[in-house]
Amino acid sequence: MTVSNQRVREGAKMLSRVADSLYWMSRYLERAENTVRQLDVTLSLMLDTGEVDFDARWQRMVAALGKPVGMDWNGSIEAMSKRLVYDSLSPASVIYCLNGARENARQVREEISSEMWQRLNRLYHQMHSPHAQSQFASNMNDQLATIVDGIYLFKGTTDTSMIHGQGWQFIRLGRYLERAYSTATLLEVYQPDLFQPSGSESAGHLYLELVGLLRCCTSFEAYCQVYTADLSPDRILEFLLLNRDFPHAIHYCVDGTRQAIEGIQQTGGRRPPEELKAGIGKLSAMLGYTSISEIISGDAAGFLHTIREQCLRIHELIYRYYVHYSIQSALAV
Amino acid sequence: MSASHSVELDTLFGDYTLDQAFDEMRESSGDLRPQYRALAETLAGLPSDELQRRKQSADLAFLTQGITFTVYGREEGTERIFPYDLLPRIVTAQEWDRIERGLTQRITALNLFLRDVYSDGKILNDRVIPRELVYSCKHYRRPMRGLQVPRNVYIAVVGSDLLRLNNGEFVVLEDNLRVPSGVSYMLTNRRVMKRTFPALFQSYGVRPIEYYPQLLLSTLRSLAPEGRPEPNIVLLTPGVFNSAYFEHTYLARQMGIDLVEGRDLVTHDNVVYMRTTDGLKRVDVIYRRVDDDFSDPLIFRPDSALGCAGLFNAYRAGNVTVANAFGTGLADDKAIYAYVPRMIRYYLNEDPILLNVETWLLNEEKDRRHVLANLDKLVVKAVGESGGYGMLIGPHSTARQREEFARQIEANPRNYIAQPTLDFSRAPCLIGDRLEPRHVDLRPYILFGDKVNIVPGGLTRVALEKGSLVVNSSQGGGSKDTWVLG
Repeated sequence: MTVSNQRVREGAKMLSRVADSLYWMSRYLERAENTVRQLDVTLSLMLDTGEVDFDARWQRMVAALGKPVGMDWNGSIEAMSKRLVYDSLSPASVIYCLNGARENARQVREEISSEMWQRLNRLYHQMHSPHAQSQFASNMNDQLATIVDGIYLFKGTTDTSMIHGQGWQFIRLGRYLERAYSTATLLEVYQPDLFQPSGSESAGHLYLELVGLLRCCTSFEAYCQVYTADLSPDRILEFLLLNRDFPHAIHYCVDGTRQAIEGIQQTGGRRPPEELKAGIGKLSAMLGYTSISEIISGDAAGFLHTIREQCLRIHELIYRYYVHYSIQSALAV
Repeated sequence: MSASHSVELDTLFGDYTLDQAFDEMRESSGDLRPQYRALAETLAGLPSDELQRRKQSADLAFLTQGITFTVYGREEGTERIFPYDLLPRIVTAQEWDRIERGLTQRITALNLFLRDVYSDGKILNDRVIPRELVYSCKHYRRPMRGLQVPRNVYIAVVGSDLLRLNNGEFVVLEDNLRVPSGVSYMLTNRRVMKRTFPALFQSYGVRPIEYYPQLLLSTLRSLAPEGRPEPNIVLLTPGVFNSAYFEHTYLARQMGIDLVEGRDLVTHDNVVYMRTTDGLKRVDVIYRRVDDDFSDPLIFRPDSALGCAGLFNAYRAGNVTVANAFGTGLADDKAIYAYVPRMIRYYLNEDPILLNVETWLLNEEKDRRHVLANLDKLVVKAVGESGGYGMLIGPHSTARQREEFARQIEANPRNYIAQPTLDFSRAPCLIGDRLEPRHVDLRPYILFGDKVNIVPGGLTRVALEKGSLVVNSSQGGGSKDTWVLG
């Protein structure tokens, strides 16, 4: 082997701490994006329904965000929304996630491109401007759109300005795993309402509900391309769960996770992550070989719950293989 | 017609007054020193706004490259650029030759001193240096006693601060033997300088310094444990909150080595490993930018999470090289400093080439009485501090500050030394659109592996405030490029 080959191979692996930071930077951004989008959809749905539903609607959104504490409905849309966006003490807030993303990025500035750092830094400073916070009530929609734009810009910059090596794969890993988990949570919370609508709702309202669910995953237009605008709960569930071509569908995310692991493995290989690959393979098979009618006629909630549990298991295995492995296991090789 | 016009030398030097301090650019008669002539003529020949334009472009280069240091304070982590003066400080080949020989001699003696004190203690037995002065030093590390250090090199990386006195001689103000910083500014200053005055730079035949990272890497490699032909070398940083974090990332990148934190390291069977995504990888050499106290909670401060538990034992076992060694702060204690000329004579049987600044030790009755009576004329320093902290500058102090220091000296005389207020040299700096003289020091960087190596140059630090004698970056200092002529 020549010297230069040696260099390349050695340079490919990375410190566990660096991988960990990139993974969490990415997860935090994905989480912030998801929170903003759900809040945006919830706010617009509240426009169309009477005030009676505010409480229930808000609680459903909070449940879909994983039931963070301190987000119980207090009667004021503005106050609650501001808390969800700007309360930096609440781990569920958008600003908390963005702070987390930036802090992780700051510790690995050598690994990410300056372009990425500048985009993230700009978004961070936008969020921290006192002006933005004090003006929130009057231009909520604009601010939410600005945050999502900032995140999109960062993701695009990431894909075009960073070497697609191990670091980039850890970013993808964080992105897809977080997305799979949050989409599963969302569907688990929404699916009882989809199939047992309370009799009082009109057809128009039901339609808005379904569009809202799709918009939570930026998938309304994509859905229409596949199924036309004929919205039905089982098709929506099929699309968001089993589609392999749409980036917010769970099956697509699981595929993305697998590809990222394979990418990491190509540059390492001293300790093949068999258990991790098996975990992802099992989840992928579950999604690939189950039809939507089986899911709906069976225990849909249980199915979604299993997806979430498996995502958590995959996260643990990632840690066990790449970050917090025991010294004994690493020395045994 | 162009609106700009040539600035005559006189205009450029309008406010450039000489005083008793040595001036780097002008002789006491006011004539330019030969090595500054071409520089001054070039500056005088530039259109007036051109100098400002180049200044702005240099500042921008620092900012966009993120060459900053962190100012401690709020969580936001304020990052500032280190103020940069556009004009180079020029050192002639002859001057440099003396500096190089003097530092080589000095560092060799200091290293021998450390080896001696941590093994046989001959210099103590021969009563050349008082035993109690060594054992009362807060940087003395008892666990280092009798420990075999790779190649007997304790101080692989050194930055010594030199001043130039009225007579034109360079003297050593202090030796930084623990974790000297600033070398990244030396390197980036040069890069920016080459873009700012390319033609002038070329015409001067300045000796290159860019190979410093490579030299550092080969120095570290030469200290690797036996039987590790392809050593894994890492730079250990305290992390993102350290004020020199930029320098750590810069050097790691320039050397192509991993930048690790304590939490990336684990020890097992007295071997240090770093955690990578592909498992544990053995670490052979650690370029340590973490102070002794924080390096290993099992041996030093137990509450520190910055280091790596078990590091010291791995070091003692000879399985990992740590540079600099632990306990080297002993030899840059400001009271021990007073004995360095005696060390040079004792170990090398030579006369010191570079002299010390006159120093009074306050634990000696006679010295203390003299100092307390003359506090308003002297500089008093705490022996274990650096970075311009814990210091009283007599002529610039208030009566209250002097009383406070007198009280502290009486309470703990071993902790202080005093030196005359030095009138060290001044060099031209661009202040507004004129040249004005400002006090400067010089910190060359010395590497010690197979032998002592010094890249020709160093960091010239500037006290940018008029009349100020404090050059530390934490206290409002700046820096400029240093040209050593071939």
